[in-house]
Amino acid sequence: MSNRASYTEFHPRWYRRPISTWWWLGKWTYLAFILRELSSIFVAWFVIFMLLLVRAIGQGDAEYQRFLDRVDHPLVVLLNLVALAFVIFHMVTWFHLTPQAMVVRVGGRRVRPRLIAASQYIAWLVVSVFVLWLLVGG
Amino acid sequence: MANTIVLQVARYRPEVETEPVMQDYDVPLRDDWSILDGLNHVKDQLDGTLSYRWSCRMGICGSCGMTVNGEPKLTCATFLTDYAPGPVRVEPLQNFPVIRDLVVELGDFMRKLPQVNPWLVREEELPVSHGEYLQTPDEVDEYKQFSMCINCMLCYAACPVYGLDPEFMGPAAIALAQRYNLDSRDQGSPERLEVMIEPEGLWGCTFVGECTRVCPKDVDPAGAIQRYKLTAATTTLKRLVFPRGAR
Amino acid sequence: MSAQTEPRKSRPPVEPFLWLGFTSGGALAALFAPILLFLFGVAFPLGWIDPPDHDHLVAVVSNPVTIVVVFVVFSLCLVHAAHRFRYTLYDGLRMQHLNELIAVLCYGGAVLGSVASAYVLLTVA
Repeated sequence: MSNRASYTEFHPRWYRRPISTWWWLGKWTYLAFILRELSSIFVAWFVIFMLLLVRAIGQGDAEYQRFLDRVDHPLVVLLNLVALAFVIFHMVTWFHLTPQAMVVRVGGRRVRPRLIAASQYIAWLVVSVFVLWLLVGG
Repeated sequence: MANTIVLQVARYRPEVETEPVMQDYDVPLRDDWSILDGLNHVKDQLDGTLSYRWSCRMGICGSCGMTVNGEPKLTCATFLTDYAPGPVRVEPLQNFPVIRDLVVELGDFMRKLPQVNPWLVREEELPVSHGEYLQTPDEVDEYKQFSMCINCMLCYAACPVYGLDPEFMGPAAIALAQRYNLDSRDQGSPERLEVMIEPEGLWGCTFVGECTRVCPKDVDPAGAIQRYKLTAATTTLKRLVFPRGAR
Repeated sequence: MSAQTEPRKSRPPVEPFLWLGFTSGGALAALFAPILLFLFGVAFPLGWIDPPDHDHLVAVVSNPVTIVVVFVVFSLCLVHAAHRFRYTLYDGLRMQHLNELIAVLCYGGAVLGSVASAYVLLTVA
């Protein structure tokens, strides 16, 4: 079977439908997919934001306080709220796709998908509580 | 409920047109009629020039895949009453070149499928005197879901990655490779991995998940591909760390 | 037995390792990003919770375990973001022709970010 159509007198001209750059607006599922992928920008922002914080900490108490003041600006808070929304969207989609992406066996039996998702949420809770305690508690 | 429904069908006659045009047909709205029944009514009673593929009309041959109101569907398994009062837009399957009307060219998939060795591969064939290769029910369950593929190509029509990059191996081909990888009788995983480990093999997939959503046989190609990625990555890692290790 | 239509490249495949980085980074991002963004981006600035004082933070951050964990988390999150963003540009904006440039910019950015992380973390104490 040839890869290219060699159009002869009796060979029909195939029609190839063009795909627009805005293909992802065509269906809700495509849009949700692209938004999920764009959460990567906000994951990168999270790291950059944390690095700016750690650098401020390293430069002394005054610099740290200045950082906290700058972060209090409405636009920065808005950015971080949007980032938080996207990061939570990433988290939820990630936890629910993992069971589809891997088969986990315990004692020879397959773990049910809902259990895999639930255990990730539990892990997230443990990590979050630990971080909270580490920074604010004690 | 009205007793007819309008089918808006994409027509493409390469000898007279450069682009598809839509043509409306009124078909009876019977509550046991599928889209395919509607198309057959068009061909039998209204317009014999309409071209489309179909065969078993019961969802097992995979011939009648088309785009119905923007979604890839088996037209024999999709009912007119679900779209009442209509109109229902029937177009050829997306992401494939259109030959005529609702008929698409599937050569790309036909060329890709053999590349994954979709058959049992043995390092050494056992003699007939050995008897059959036996499998436990659990061993069958490992790959059974992926063996349900009817090659209907709805997954390729739904996959945006395949639409944007026709070099991509595609959901069905990778799921079928995985069907054989997971079969306990098969020993061909390393050869399939050679093909799949290319960027246009496994790694083109970004887990959109549309293929699984549209699959009429619940094959879950997206799941098959992600599992395959994990196996491929760990196998590659093992080869790097233990170059002379067992396969 | 296999139908080979193109010559195979002889160099080792890099995609599997990028994917492993992407997967682990994604899991770590899901676990750590929400709480940290919430605390330092929303709760502390808006005064919902009192921010930790500077001495406490220095003690936490200069702990060697913290440095290692945080460096690993940040680096893998950057690899995750780079990988996903690269594919988004490739598919979403159809920039296949700039494939190599995009890959270099994305993963290069992740590497630079990781180096910056190490530097910033090690110069806190």
